[in-house]
Amino acid sequence: MAAANASPAPASAQPMIAMRGVEKWYGDYKALTDINLTVASGEKIVLCGPSGSGKSTLIRCINHLEPYSAGEIRVDGTLLGDDRKTIDAVRREVGMVFQQFNLFPHLTVMQNCTLAPMRSRGLGKAQAEAVARRLLDRVKILDQADKFPAQLSGGQQQRVAIARALCMKPKVMLFDEPTSALDPEMVKEVLDTMISLAEDGMTMICVTHEMGFARQVADRVIFMAGGAIVEEGHPAEFFKAPKHERTRKFLGEILGH
Amino acid sequence: MGWNEFAFLLRGLQWTVALSLVGFIGGGVFGLAVALARTSGQPLLERVTAGYIGLFQGTPLLMQLFVVYYGLALIGLKLDAWVAVSIGFTLHASAFLGEIWRGSIQAVPRGQTEAANALSLHYVSRMKDVVLPQAFRISLPATVGFLVQLIKGTSLAAIVGFTELARAGNIVSNQTFKPLLVFAVVGALYFVMCWPLSLYGAHLERRFAAASR
Ligand SMILES: Nc1ncnc2c1ncn2[C@@H]1O[C@H](COP(=O)(O)OP(=O)(O)OP(=O)(O)O)[C@@H](O)[C@H]1O
Ligand SMILES: [Mg+2]
Repeated sequence: MAAANASPAPASAQPMIAMRGVEKWYGDYKALTDINLTVASGEKIVLCGPSGSGKSTLIRCINHLEPYSAGEIRVDGTLLGDDRKTIDAVRREVGMVFQQFNLFPHLTVMQNCTLAPMRSRGLGKAQAEAVARRLLDRVKILDQADKFPAQLSGGQQQRVAIARALCMKPKVMLFDEPTSALDPEMVKEVLDTMISLAEDGMTMICVTHEMGFARQVADRVIFMAGGAIVEEGHPAEFFKAPKHERTRKFLGEILGH
Repeated sequence: MGWNEFAFLLRGLQWTVALSLVGFIGGGVFGLAVALARTSGQPLLERVTAGYIGLFQGTPLLMQLFVVYYGLALIGLKLDAWVAVSIGFTLHASAFLGEIWRGSIQAVPRGQTEAANALSLHYVSRMKDVVLPQAFRISLPATVGFLVQLIKGTSLAAIVGFTELARAGNIVSNQTFKPLLVFAVVGALYFVMCWPLSLYGAHLERRFAAASR
């Protein structure tokens, strides 16, 4: 289990993600304040916090879906700047899964999976399809490869979205509330997929309020409020003895009922 | 109305078809450019194309053809009637199609662009593979509607002495003194052009709807 061999990487190894003093402003609203976060290769991070606390903003800065305003972000050593070249380089290594799936509705499941590898990794069609078949099989949806997204259930769509991201062979996966838009009975199939990904050693940052998942998979749980990181810790300590009042209040709200 | 007159009408019809095709193709190509410029995120490009669209949507097609034909002649550029109306229709169609497609591009959910970005798809692929196919579906009813308008609008080319179908009808009617019959034939010919286009548009819409169900 991931949590059992939690000491992720030797201190000398280059971190997969390094955020230093990152700030994000929307006009004159400060959405992120002095974010310092280092994620080692293979580490699994769960990010939680109240609505509007900046969780999405934080992970969206990592693949430059939002440009950050100050500080620096390095992904696998590459300094993420404002130029196309580094943005593309970083995006090729960082997969993202969205709350609303964001599959391409006019393309089949297979085409959803092969588009980016063909266009930005330069794979041939046959090669891209071979990769896609392997990963669709992995998320247990290979038999639906020729369907369109609208013909699948929410849980199936989200698994396709995970496979689509994996087809780019990313070094990091970002998840932004991947189960929040799902009917309850479909949450588990998506979480199981994420757990198996974690077991294979993928570096992951997951924004989620699935605390069972956090307990099982996370090396660190990070709690954000008001655009800042308030507290972080190994899930065992984090859930048992949260240090900050705001963390206790938040955990009380999401675990309490 | 004998065969000679009917043949004359058919020659007019040829020009109407040719002019419509020029409008479709020229308007399609430049209209796409206008739509992409309108959504480019480049303030200057967006403002210039917005002005262009505003100008052509805010004035009658008749005026536009006038200005291209006589206006350009005034500044010493004497254009053949065929070239002038081709330019006029292309300018007109690119403004309208540009605006229709601008709206459809913006109607494609933001998440689509974000997913494409997150997959490191570059601009060309993002547009060609992800955004435009969806925008095209959204725009289909409005696009077909405009193209049908455009076919009927070619009758205005008569103003600069261009003998397309409507003007050919006028001439034949003046010769034969049978305006009702002649214009019934002319109307039928327009209908034969426009109706299949509407049908085809409806067919495409149904097919897309079925594919995404
Ligand atoms: N494009 C934007 N323009 C202006 N403000 C924004 C924008 N995106 C986010 N914000 C603001 O930044 C803050 C952080 O938003 P963010 O989406 O990161 O929160 P979150 O923690 O992901 O919340 P949720 O749990 O609701 O998804 C919020 O106050 C939000 O209103
Ligand atoms: Mg969010």
